[in-house]
Amino acid sequence: MSHADAHAMHPPTATGLDTRKLAIWTFIGSECLFFASLISTYLVYKGKSLVGPLPHDASQCMLDGRMQQCEGVFEIPLVTFGTAVLLFSSYFVVKALSGAQRGNRKQLIGWLSATVVGGLFFVGMQVYEFYHFFHKGLGYTTNVFSASFYTLTGFHGTHVTLGVIWLSTVLVLAIRGKLPPEKALNLELAALYWHFVDVVWIVIFPVVYLMK
Amino acid sequence: MDGTSTPAEGHTHPTPALYLRIAVVLFVLTALEVGAYEVARRESPAGLAAIVVPLIVPILLVLSAGKFALVAMFYMHLKQDSKIFSGLFVFPLLLAAVIIVALVALFSVVHLVP
Amino acid sequence: MATSAREHAHAPAPSKTGLWSWLTTVDHKRIGILYGASAFIFFLIGGLEALLIRWQLRIPENNFLSAEAYNQLFTMHGTTMVFLAVMPLSAMLFNYLIPLMIGARDVAFPRLNAFSYWVFILGGLFMNASFLFNAAPDAGWFGYANLTSKQYSPGMNVDFWVIGLQILGVASLAAAVNFFVTIINLRAPGMKLMRMPMFVWMSMITQVLLLLAFPVITVALVFLLTDRMFGTGFYIPAQGGDPILWQHLFWIFGHPEVYILILPPFGIVSEILPVFSRKPLFGYAAMVFSGAFIAFLGFGVWSHHMFSTGLGPIADSVFSLTTMLIAIPTGVKIFNWIGTLWGGSLQMKTPLYYALGFIALFVIGGLSGVMHASPPADLQQTDTYFVVAHFHYVLFGGAIFAMVGGAFYWWPKMFGYMLREGLGKVQFWIMFIAMNLTFFPMHYAGLHGMPRRTYTYVAGLGLDWLNLVETIGSLGLAVAFTLFMVNIFVSFRGRKANPAPADPWNGATLEWSIPSPPQEFNFPEIPTVEGRDPLWTAKRKHGGPLPEPKRVDGSNIHLPNPSYWPLVTAIGMSIMLIGFMAGGLPVNLIGVAILFFGAFRWAFEPTG
Ligand SMILES: [Cu+2]
Repeated sequence: MSHADAHAMHPPTATGLDTRKLAIWTFIGSECLFFASLISTYLVYKGKSLVGPLPHDASQCMLDGRMQQCEGVFEIPLVTFGTAVLLFSSYFVVKALSGAQRGNRKQLIGWLSATVVGGLFFVGMQVYEFYHFFHKGLGYTTNVFSASFYTLTGFHGTHVTLGVIWLSTVLVLAIRGKLPPEKALNLELAALYWHFVDVVWIVIFPVVYLMK
Repeated sequence: MDGTSTPAEGHTHPTPALYLRIAVVLFVLTALEVGAYEVARRESPAGLAAIVVPLIVPILLVLSAGKFALVAMFYMHLKQDSKIFSGLFVFPLLLAAVIIVALVALFSVVHLVP
Repeated sequence: MATSAREHAHAPAPSKTGLWSWLTTVDHKRIGILYGASAFIFFLIGGLEALLIRWQLRIPENNFLSAEAYNQLFTMHGTTMVFLAVMPLSAMLFNYLIPLMIGARDVAFPRLNAFSYWVFILGGLFMNASFLFNAAPDAGWFGYANLTSKQYSPGMNVDFWVIGLQILGVASLAAAVNFFVTIINLRAPGMKLMRMPMFVWMSMITQVLLLLAFPVITVALVFLLTDRMFGTGFYIPAQGGDPILWQHLFWIFGHPEVYILILPPFGIVSEILPVFSRKPLFGYAAMVFSGAFIAFLGFGVWSHHMFSTGLGPIADSVFSLTTMLIAIPTGVKIFNWIGTLWGGSLQMKTPLYYALGFIALFVIGGLSGVMHASPPADLQQTDTYFVVAHFHYVLFGGAIFAMVGGAFYWWPKMFGYMLREGLGKVQFWIMFIAMNLTFFPMHYAGLHGMPRRTYTYVAGLGLDWLNLVETIGSLGLAVAFTLFMVNIFVSFRGRKANPAPADPWNGATLEWSIPSPPQEFNFPEIPTVEGRDPLWTAKRKHGGPLPEPKRVDGSNIHLPNPSYWPLVTAIGMSIMLIGFMAGGLPVNLIGVAILFFGAFRWAFEPTG
């Protein structure tokens, strides 16, 4: 018995929905609470740091026991650029998926490669950002801002990295010609995860970077 | 719930042009976010900026929610996919939002107590 | 199971017995048995810890245990009973029963199911390995900051706890995704949501709670881990952190966790009562919606554990109100159970005894719970034995009684022989009396001001005889569970003379329509369901008991191949997390490498 036969034998599901797709959505629902806890902590600790550096410029801030001028660490142009790349990578994977579903291998491989490159670029941006902050004196344990910021964005970055690994695996399958239209779901699942990582960043970007 | 099975894949998908338009809108909304941020951080805002400053948080939240909804509805196909998927996403999302708001509120209320 | 004649048509026939077959199994029934056996052993360990605690407290100013040893024992007792006994006992029943009750051949992701079990057992073993280093966790099962900080807990004790819970959390989340999807998607034709057995409903709600609550404690534990390992200050006031944040995050998880513990027992009782009352469950829809409502409200009550932290009048009022509100759906359930019994022709078999015991004891625990919902009352009761009394009525009188009842009820299905009725009833009476002897006096001790988690007390405070009675009661509980093991042993010895038919209790649900124990493929043909209580319908149509189902040759039935990659992946996962405590980054990376290797092989191996 071949594997195609084996798959054909799977009975139709009770809802008519694909079981793996249902699982990835269930997992995404669960992840919402994971990021909610991290974001809550970041917000709860906003303005509670006892020493600098702090995220934003402030003409009056209480640091080291006295009021003084503080310089923020955030580099909004850099992170805006990273945000845009991540947003566009979501568009790229949509194009790749429609290529996979219509059996257009060129479209699939091209756009999927672009997605992976976009993801890698975002991770690179984040590594550079962390490095930059570090040199401004913001270590992981410096204050509660740095601890909650690095933990939140670090976990997001880990998710992006896992997404890149997942998408790269699918890309290898596609290049080897093992992603025919009837298996496009393999890409759809990775794409759903990728979009989720993107929407988490859509929340993090304004809440963490743009709100003073 | 049993009757809500979805149309097969590749069926009633939005057009490529729509996907591109959404990408552009996402980009514009992001630019508006950063714009609002830049306006709000000016030293002595006047005119338009004077309105933005007190409203910066709601403005950012609305813009961000708009982007979120666009990606979820179109890129994640929730608009045309089974309502079960939407439920699996929206319910945890609401709970997450309530928990964030509750925790922020709880910690700021405690702060008022001397 | 050895009698199954099934062979793989397209793969080398896997061996059906021996250690290797258990290490690579993806059969939900075997994984269920693994969960059950492991959980029962952890339950005995947790029980032993409780006995040591009681022996220390039997007289005032005792020095049987040191304060340090006592701290480790009460922490491990709580942690073990919650995460290593009650939750995995539920997981046993999810595994064994959900596919059978919804008419499926297996769970949605059989290898993920095996992965969950292996992660769970590794986490449990890791947590208990702390005893070998004389460094068992000692900061209480809810590990309040900043007692858990490096400053106040410099040893490895809390590290074992943090990492152990993190590992166990992975197991719970993986299992929750699996069972949720299984229930939604693998129901047999005609098994609509509102036709599902109540146990399946309560299980599904439990999975939702797991999915939404566990991420929160995962994050809370990550903060604690980085505080201890890397020197962040999430919970350390000197660095700007706030210990209260831990309490919030822990209880946002912790209160739903209480329902994670009790909803499956609700489901068990809702299966037992109708069968032994010979009438359908009273108020099915009300039972479903009250369960969902309890779960939903369960996310809005967490701060009732924190009234003593001074939340202010607004928060106190809100959380007090939501907590009292939750008593309504719980009351609905109790009335429905009574309604089920009302006018039924009661078959006084062992499972019914435990189900009735459950109702009585759970009501007491529920009532004392509502008392804590009032902040001024709670300020008197918090951190005293009154609270200990409350949650033992709920978790021992509630969860454990239901579990034992469920064990008597489903044992014949799982193992193919009956447990002794007489011994079971004797055990019930000993358990029921001993349970009340152990925990009822705690209400008085608590209201007299006896604090929890203190290794001794001085004489002459009116606590002496209460504690002595409690200790005597706990010995009675030990006798009851010894009797349970004797029952298992004796029944196993006499299994030839006492084989279980497919349907020993005149059951209503699908698991009773197939031989005991079921064959590997569960159903030769996937059943079609036409309503609630499908087996009763079938018997009514047939005009009497159904003929005993035959064991059939299922060699043409497609089943997933066994796999050892879930085990490899689970080991990688555990090593990765243990690296935070021992060995540092190299160990983390080795773990990650094994994890990825296992996961990739898993993803690309033929599933059969
Ligand atoms: Cu609670």
